[in-house]
Amino acid sequence: MPRLIPSMVIKFVAKCVARSVTRLATLLTVFGLGTVVGLPAHASGGGVPLDRFPTEKLNDQTALQNGAKLFVNHCLNCHGAALMRYNRLTDIGLSEEQIRQNLLFTADKVGEPMKTSLSAADAKAWFGAQPPDLSVIARARASEQGSGPDWLYSYLRSYYRDSTRATGWNNAVFQNVGMPHVFWDLQGTRGARFEEIKAVKDDKGVTSGFLKVTVNFDEKGLRTETSEDLAQGEHPHEGTTVTLGKPVGGTLPGPEYDSAIGDLVAYLTFMADPSAKTRTRLGVWVLLFLTIFTVIAWRLNAAYWKDIK
Amino acid sequence: MALKEVTTTGLLGWVDQRFPLTATVKAHLSEYYAPKNFNFWYFFGSLAILTLVLQIVTGIFLVMHYKPSATEAFASVEYIMRDVPFGWLVRYMHSTGASAFFVVVYLHMFRGLIYGSYRKPRELVWVFGCLIFLCLMGEAFFGYLLPWGQMSYWGAQVIVNLFAAIPFIGPDLALLIRGDFVVSDATLNRFFSFHVIAIPLVLLGLVGAHIVALHEVGSNNPDGVDIKALKDSKGVPLDGIPFHPYYTVHDIMGASVFFIIFSAVLFFAPEFGGFFLEYNNFVPADPLKTPAHIAPVWYFTPFYSVLRAATEDFLLYWMTPAVIAYTLLVFATVKRSIGKVIAAAVAVAMIGGFFILDAKFWGVVGMGASVVILFALPWIDNSPVKSIRYRPGWHLYLYGLFVAAFVILGYFGTQAPSEIGGVLSKICTLIYFGFFALMPWWSEMGEAKMVPARVTFAH
Repeated sequence: MPRLIPSMVIKFVAKCVARSVTRLATLLTVFGLGTVVGLPAHASGGGVPLDRFPTEKLNDQTALQNGAKLFVNHCLNCHGAALMRYNRLTDIGLSEEQIRQNLLFTADKVGEPMKTSLSAADAKAWFGAQPPDLSVIARARASEQGSGPDWLYSYLRSYYRDSTRATGWNNAVFQNVGMPHVFWDLQGTRGARFEEIKAVKDDKGVTSGFLKVTVNFDEKGLRTETSEDLAQGEHPHEGTTVTLGKPVGGTLPGPEYDSAIGDLVAYLTFMADPSAKTRTRLGVWVLLFLTIFTVIAWRLNAAYWKDIK
Repeated sequence: MALKEVTTTGLLGWVDQRFPLTATVKAHLSEYYAPKNFNFWYFFGSLAILTLVLQIVTGIFLVMHYKPSATEAFASVEYIMRDVPFGWLVRYMHSTGASAFFVVVYLHMFRGLIYGSYRKPRELVWVFGCLIFLCLMGEAFFGYLLPWGQMSYWGAQVIVNLFAAIPFIGPDLALLIRGDFVVSDATLNRFFSFHVIAIPLVLLGLVGAHIVALHEVGSNNPDGVDIKALKDSKGVPLDGIPFHPYYTVHDIMGASVFFIIFSAVLFFAPEFGGFFLEYNNFVPADPLKTPAHIAPVWYFTPFYSVLRAATEDFLLYWMTPAVIAYTLLVFATVKRSIGKVIAAAVAVAMIGGFFILDAKFWGVVGMGASVVILFALPWIDNSPVKSIRYRPGWHLYLYGLFVAAFVILGYFGTQAPSEIGGVLSKICTLIYFGFFALMPWWSEMGEAKMVPARVTFAH
């Protein structure tokens, strides 16, 4: 593409248009009626609000490359990404030689797809279900609660120890998930505390008081449950609050771990729609052309129609 | 045999002696006289043809790479998105184009509604248009299965199961449509066939008939004035201008603005917040895992809401009184006894059916009726004028109410069932059907304004 316009400008325009169009779509969802009748946009599934994925990582090649490394080393053992070819990683600035040297574990040639070497039967026996293919997972996980990347970014940072689970791990975003915490060496271990406030109802279904149930998992995942009656006359909000403990023993301290997961999610997002960047850059040119074309069409129309009285 | 006398010479003359080329171009373009007062709403007819062409051309390229097989379909779509050069562009054009087609067609139909474009002598134009809309719905439904994602799969499952609610023949009919006991590879193959061959063929034929019928009777206009009533000495309508070049340049302008909006979506938000490409459709179809919330794509949601509104509650406490009241209205106002007999028979059959038959069946009937009722429009509108411009002022509120009901139905069709959604859907279903069912009465009421002899054209 000719460099008539600095790529900074193209990127900026692309971002602005993308943002406004997406916001329009969101506005339609929310404003469609939700706000008028005071409805929540959707009955929510999980109770934990999602963190926002730092989207600037999508434009950071170092982050994307680090994400690819984390993906190949930590995810590709059990999950496949069978719709993605290794050599597509050239889009994030890696050479075929670099891919071959550092990332090509499950295939012989860089043109091959990222398949997993785990057989479906073994996967089913070990995890109860085959781990899903991750090629388009960043698009599939989007919902009214947040974008796909938001969900992944929150999910991969919400593991805690739970000795009642077969893997020894559980997840606050995806309760009773089959996958253990594969980044535990980086993040370390931690516990979690769930405080649920629920109404106590008598035989007639009338609320007679409130109960607070606290479930605590310590660093080793030992579960303790306590419950207390809340003082009469109080009217607390019903629902569950989750507090995740501070991780200990990991090789990456808090913010560094978050950043690493951000890199991984950036990579997963790239992988879900590898042409996204080409698309938005091309889109700016298309819109530019169409704007000029519209002006010409408008003047042409005016030139013809000036005779019509 | 002697050749036909023609005025053209050379190659064109040779052709014209054997094929009515010049005559056709004149009849449909350069000497087809359209009213000069077309406004914004008149862009959507040509835009509908544009989107149709866009869908056909992109569709041809998609079929070159797509695999209609339950094991390969999902991956072949991603193959198009990743490995086919500019495959992502073609695929997004097709997926965005589907939604754009419905946007354009809904606005085109709305134009017909408010300016009375369905009134005599344009009844067949309207009927062909309604048939096109039916085909379009079929086309969209069959096409949506092809990516073989979760929403494709379960959407098809739900809709095909609706046919099973038809008494007696339902289950066998559903089996016939699916070609299997569940949506499967067999279903995918026949839906593919319908999507790329059967329906497009019918659609193209109908579009041709729609345009031929239109050009036979001439276009309506925002004033609803018959421009053929006043002609100059050459027989050209005083308020008419040749379609080409005036409306061709006009429509080029409309098309370029349309393309700006279309491209903004296509290049920057092809999923359009989950409205155009549903998130769950990025999960491959899994016959063993039913999604928690199955919603059709936005363009079907108003009709889907009508379907969901038909609960037992609705039939007994809302519809039964409505049907009784309607029958009494017919008895009080219709003079011919045959009308009374038909109304009474239909009412008895409906109310009997509300008690005997499954509510789901009535949901299917309601959903079908909400589309089929459009066909009746030319014969239920008794207004002395065509255009909303000259109807009594309060008619505008009725049209507004109708549009609001349609939008609200559409909104709740995208949402998981809720109490308030259910109640509002029921109210809006009654408004939707009431608008048409009562049209013979309300369209006559009020004082229509004076329609001018010539069209309004300020320049």
